[in-house]
Amino acid sequence: MSDDGDHKLRVSKIRSGTVIDHVRGGQALNVLAILGIDGSEGEEISVGMNVPSDRLARKDIVKVEGRELSQDEVDVLSLIAPDATINIVRDYDVVEKHRVERPDVVEGVLSCPNAGCITTGDEPVSSRFEVFDDAVRCSYCGTIVREEIASLIDT
Amino acid sequence: MRHDHVITSKQLSRSDIETVLDRAAEIADDPAAVADRHAGALLGLLFFEPSTRTKMSFETAMKRLGGDVVDMGSVESSSVKKGETLADTVRVIEGYADALVLRHPKQGAATMASEFVDVPLLNAGDGAGHHPTQTLLDLYTIRENAGLDDLTIGIMGDLKYGRTVHSLAYALSNFDAHQHFISPESLRLPREVVYDLHQEQERAQVREHESLEEILPSLDVLYVTRIQRERFPDETEYQKVAGEYQIDAETLEAARDDLTVMHPLPRVDEIAPEVDETDHAAYFEQAHNGVPVRMALLDLLLSGEGGETDE
Ligand SMILES: [Zn+2]
Repeated sequence: MSDDGDHKLRVSKIRSGTVIDHVRGGQALNVLAILGIDGSEGEEISVGMNVPSDRLARKDIVKVEGRELSQDEVDVLSLIAPDATINIVRDYDVVEKHRVERPDVVEGVLSCPNAGCITTGDEPVSSRFEVFDDAVRCSYCGTIVREEIASLIDT
Repeated sequence: MRHDHVITSKQLSRSDIETVLDRAAEIADDPAAVADRHAGALLGLLFFEPSTRTKMSFETAMKRLGGDVVDMGSVESSSVKKGETLADTVRVIEGYADALVLRHPKQGAATMASEFVDVPLLNAGDGAGHHPTQTLLDLYTIRENAGLDDLTIGIMGDLKYGRTVHSLAYALSNFDAHQHFISPESLRLPREVVYDLHQEQERAQVREHESLEEILPSLDVLYVTRIQRERFPDETEYQKVAGEYQIDAETLEAARDDLTVMHPLPRVDEIAPEVDETDHAAYFEQAHNGVPVRMALLDLLLSGEGGETDE
């Protein structure tokens, strides 16, 4: 983690919680959105954007105090932050490290961009997308989205 | 894989398709043999947008099996107008009927509805999505006229918006069929359909053309669809392409004698009436085939034989 050295000064260390590192530059707020974290429950959140990185030229980093993310939550991040690393911190020590893995399916996370899709109406159904290597596809209407997946995040 | 519902042609394997078509052929041969087969059974018709022909075809099929239909009626006169969800509607009608047929303007409606019911649900068209029973009757007609293997088929017209075209293409990729897609540049197959055909269906042999001329002599089947005038931003754009995709007796001089011409109907002016009198014309036969094919499907589903395949 040599590339962590500099920005530690800018983004404070957390005591217990989750550090999401190596997020693609500019995606930090989408990371929070996809996780449904908006600070309204009093979570202490630190965000570093476009900090220098060895691995990605510029990266974002998100620290969430007092909350440990589950593997399912982490995997959803793969849609917008495929290179992310997740560190679970307890008492200032990293106790677990995860990488995101692309799930086969994500439910209730993205909303379908097709206005003609049944999931965009008032039906009691949550969205469901199959996840491919380079795209996602609505399980109901079949619409494929390659770019701009972040814009589908259901907030 | 279990098929309690018939939602898309993508879910149909080669053996599923053959099971339905074989059963349809038996029924067409001897309709009297199944006249009482489903006496007392009720089919629920839920048409959220009008489609008189498809509805009548299902109604006829069910009655020829000895059963009857219950019809939700028009959307205007139903509780849908009061804002009831599709999920609620199907759960209510499920209580009355042994199987449901759904036509709905939204894509994915049949997939969603099928998640709320236990009786078999047949998709009779969901917006720009799927129309699998049309595909099955198309396949039946192709098999009767040209066979499904070692087939060279041209599919022409509005390939972009034509759900019957997409649905047919997926189903044909189960067979040794060379598929040639002929359309104006602006109405080509959606990229995601091409993607599916190439990526997910290894056997698909797909080529795209702007002109019918070069490919016509090699075709066993020419499947024509309507180029919809309303799809074009202005009339001159439409006029530029429309003529190129119309079939008349002169066009067909370049075709093989045994070429079969199909069309899902209704047609407007893409096939001249003079073609009706030739041996090429199979579109009315195609429409009539809807009844035995839907009888076969309903029979398989109501008898619980729609179920297990080897996969
Ligand atoms: Zn959709």
